[in-house]
Amino acid sequence: MSLLTTLARLQAVRSGRAEPLATVLHRHLVERPMVLVPLAAAGEAGAPLAVMLGRDRERPTLLTVPQPLDRDRRFTFLAELAAELLPYLESFGEQVEVLTKETKDAETGEKTEVSRELCLDAPQIIVPNRGGIDLLGLLGRSTRFRRTAEDPDPGPYPAPARVPLLGRWLTHLRERSQVPGSSMLLAMTDLLGRHWATGQSTLEDQHLGALLAWLDPPAGLTGTEAALRAETARDERGQLLCPPAGPTTDPRFDSGLLAPAITRYDAARQLEQAGHPADPAAVAAREQDIDDLLRSILLPVWDQLWQGLDLLRTLPAAEHLPERWTGDRWSYTAHRDRLAAGEPPQPVQDDAVTAARKLAQREREQTTVEVQEALDDPLAMAEHRLAGEALAGVVVEVEAAYDTTGRSPKPRPLVTVRTADRPHADLGRELHRAGGPAKQQARLYGVDPGQGTITVQLVNGMGRKKEPEPGSVPAPGDQVCFTLFELTARQSAPLPEPEDTPWTHGGPPDRSGTEGRTEGRTDGRTDGRTEER
Amino acid sequence: MNALSPAPAASDGPGAEADRAVAAILDATLHGAERGTVVDSPPGAGKSTLVVKAARELVGAGERLMIVAQTNSQVDDLVDRLATADPELTVGRLHSSDAAPDPIALRHPQVLPSTKAADLLGQSVVVSTAAKWQWVKDVDPWRHAIVDEAYQMRSDALLAVARLFDRALFVGDPGQLDPFTIVGTDQWAGLSYDPSSSAVVTLLAHNPRIVPHRLPVSWRLPASAAPLISAAFYPYAPFRSGTGPGDRLLTLTTAGDGSAADRVIDIAADSGWGLLELPARHTVRTDPEAVHAVARVVRRLLDRRGNCRSERGDAPLTADRIAVGTAHRDQAAAVRAALAALDVPTGGPRGVTVDTANRLQGREYDVTVVLHPLSGRPDATAFHLETGRLCVLASRHRHACIVVARAGIAELLDEHPSTEPVQLGVTVKFPDGWEANHAVLAHLSEHRVRG
Repeated sequence: MSLLTTLARLQAVRSGRAEPLATVLHRHLVERPMVLVPLAAAGEAGAPLAVMLGRDRERPTLLTVPQPLDRDRRFTFLAELAAELLPYLESFGEQVEVLTKETKDAETGEKTEVSRELCLDAPQIIVPNRGGIDLLGLLGRSTRFRRTAEDPDPGPYPAPARVPLLGRWLTHLRERSQVPGSSMLLAMTDLLGRHWATGQSTLEDQHLGALLAWLDPPAGLTGTEAALRAETARDERGQLLCPPAGPTTDPRFDSGLLAPAITRYDAARQLEQAGHPADPAAVAAREQDIDDLLRSILLPVWDQLWQGLDLLRTLPAAEHLPERWTGDRWSYTAHRDRLAAGEPPQPVQDDAVTAARKLAQREREQTTVEVQEALDDPLAMAEHRLAGEALAGVVVEVEAAYDTTGRSPKPRPLVTVRTADRPHADLGRELHRAGGPAKQQARLYGVDPGQGTITVQLVNGMGRKKEPEPGSVPAPGDQVCFTLFELTARQSAPLPEPEDTPWTHGGPPDRSGTEGRTEGRTDGRTDGRTEER
Repeated sequence: MNALSPAPAASDGPGAEADRAVAAILDATLHGAERGTVVDSPPGAGKSTLVVKAARELVGAGERLMIVAQTNSQVDDLVDRLATADPELTVGRLHSSDAAPDPIALRHPQVLPSTKAADLLGQSVVVSTAAKWQWVKDVDPWRHAIVDEAYQMRSDALLAVARLFDRALFVGDPGQLDPFTIVGTDQWAGLSYDPSSSAVVTLLAHNPRIVPHRLPVSWRLPASAAPLISAAFYPYAPFRSGTGPGDRLLTLTTAGDGSAADRVIDIAADSGWGLLELPARHTVRTDPEAVHAVARVVRRLLDRRGNCRSERGDAPLTADRIAVGTAHRDQAAAVRAALAALDVPTGGPRGVTVDTANRLQGREYDVTVVLHPLSGRPDATAFHLETGRLCVLASRHRHACIVVARAGIAELLDEHPSTEPVQLGVTVKFPDGWEANHAVLAHLSEHRVRG
């Protein structure tokens, strides 16, 4: 945790309310995201219990599994989920823009134009917390390899037709959510935690109700009191007033209300199977009871998610969000294309080359996110200034100077900045101008702690003439910022194709069995930013 | 760790023992059945000497050779050593366009620098960083490669460069810092080719018949340090010091003034270790008092004009023979500022080196002053507990190591037992940082001065 975040948390403890960590919104929010609250049944990893989802705040859709151990009911549920989710996920595949790029043919050296489609928009799913993201990943893992009745060899238990497809989408969304700065599948606790600091630990912030209690405490309560109430207050039946945001449920809800309801449902089913006359209605009624119970603990979470979205929308969007969302659009388009090409599902484990490619991509995106957030948000840049990685201040003097070592003199003006920042850098260190009119580098020229000034020498970005282009050099009174870190992530080095995996890494992967082509393939594209988009 | 490699024979002299190990390594590199040879080397065990020797042997046998190191300064250092050791050897220094090689490396006439591998194909040896080698294409593979500091190279970097050679000698120190990444990698934990693990781990997982060799003698660490470092960090691959007790002497020409800094210097000169313990307190990372204490110790070391007597003869303890090690960059910056305030030169060929553990890897000094990674902290995170960090900081010295720390680290350790999740398929590293920290602390507390 950085010093500024720690400070903000301490201030939150003192003020009794969450304190801002950002002045702008750092994650892309689409106009109408798909809000989804998944619940898992206790006792079995990844067994779905219920989902509340929808894009309309007033009309959530509830899907439940009345008996979580019943595999038929589970697949009925998954088929219903596919019917709700897939139309939304697939709806962005039609509208595309066509991008053309001139490339050189690797063999002939001839220039050719390559056109590629890029979907205009992409889906966005918001879940309450990281547990929700993991559960969706687990559902994807458990369904994407299932065979259906349409398979040549459907096996004894074919899954409903669209369920494996749902599994592939969920797998892709979960995989994409691992890429820093991506916004296709987001956890509300992460979103809120990025933008506000509460007076509790990051672990406690994983409780959506407690986190929102700090952000928007009820009148008369401090954040601490409101958070405690969200975590522990119970009604006269012993049920939590603020049910956990899933995917696990409160054990006292499970044992006190849910388990008896499931037992009654089971009993009604048994009677029905025994051929008792009036029982189909009884089964439906018991099922309705379970639905009502689950709705009662899901609706509060549903409202919290929308409340969180409202809070986030009070912030203006950061400047670089469209650029990063384009990355999500590429990812969406690539997955659409893989499905259309009839490729097999994503393999259980990445091969050596795919793993290395994904790691390289995520490291690149992590760097990109950090840099872009700093450029978009003075509070984020303040972290870097405090860490000695940047300096910002007002220009007090600009002195013209020239590099005369070459044939013609080149401008190398000296810019003196009044600042209390103390970058951890030796003289001569390369600096990068943030927020300037164009890409520009400078050198650290002098530090005068007595005067509270730092002098930098601009070395490029001023045109080709003897005198700098107008506007390329800051003037006295201008606010400027220079960073020690580069403002774009470095390209990753090329990796071999999976079939060329070297002996040090076990040679090419075995492609037999269920292993298919993997998600991270670049398909020969070489712009280095296209993997797993 | 490597039960099959020959155990050190204590009856022998250290020189003979080390020579036998090197001969076996060179034989395996040239004639072994496996494509890879791995050498585990404790701190200061002649790793660089081995690399130079192996390079000359391979070239002598008519081979062309590529060498992969991890940082530009390691590459420059290697180039300089190779060219100094053998003026006949033609060396290529492959570098990137934004990092010019050090003049030290280029002062030899037989060293040819270039940004293109194709320009250097005539050289017997071509040296570059793993990061630069990854971009090399359209060249025929070399038959032999040497990978230096292989435990600091990431598996994905090896994946990218392995196409450039047929056989390779991997040399490194398993006790130093593991390679790191800025993003989560749990997804691949337990896979034999986890891209974030070290290159050697992946290599050994896929080539189980490779039995690592090891260098049994540390020539750097004095007799006062080798037993502790060996026991605390290399319990399954013990080594000894090349020099005996009394072979290394640090003497100070002027008497101490009774200050805490002088008393800890006297203790360290006497025993090889010193702990300057400040009152317990939770502080910010750049704890001003601890930083000042570090600077003060360095200032007094220089003021009192130390003399280092070793197997290399007598030499004055000058600023360039002193290093200050920290865990974080901002701490290093704070120490540099504090030293500047005391008129102590830092950086450059004549100044005191002040750097983080990551950057001190592979370096050697007469005396080191260490700001303890856990000093003043309210918690002990995995970063601060990492075994390699402490190992690097505690094993850079030829004569003495002085640690500056807030009191209360033992209690802090007890309050923060390691809680990292155990991943299936991942070899548990032993000893863990918790254990190693306690071992070092217990030893240091015998040489304590309260500040």
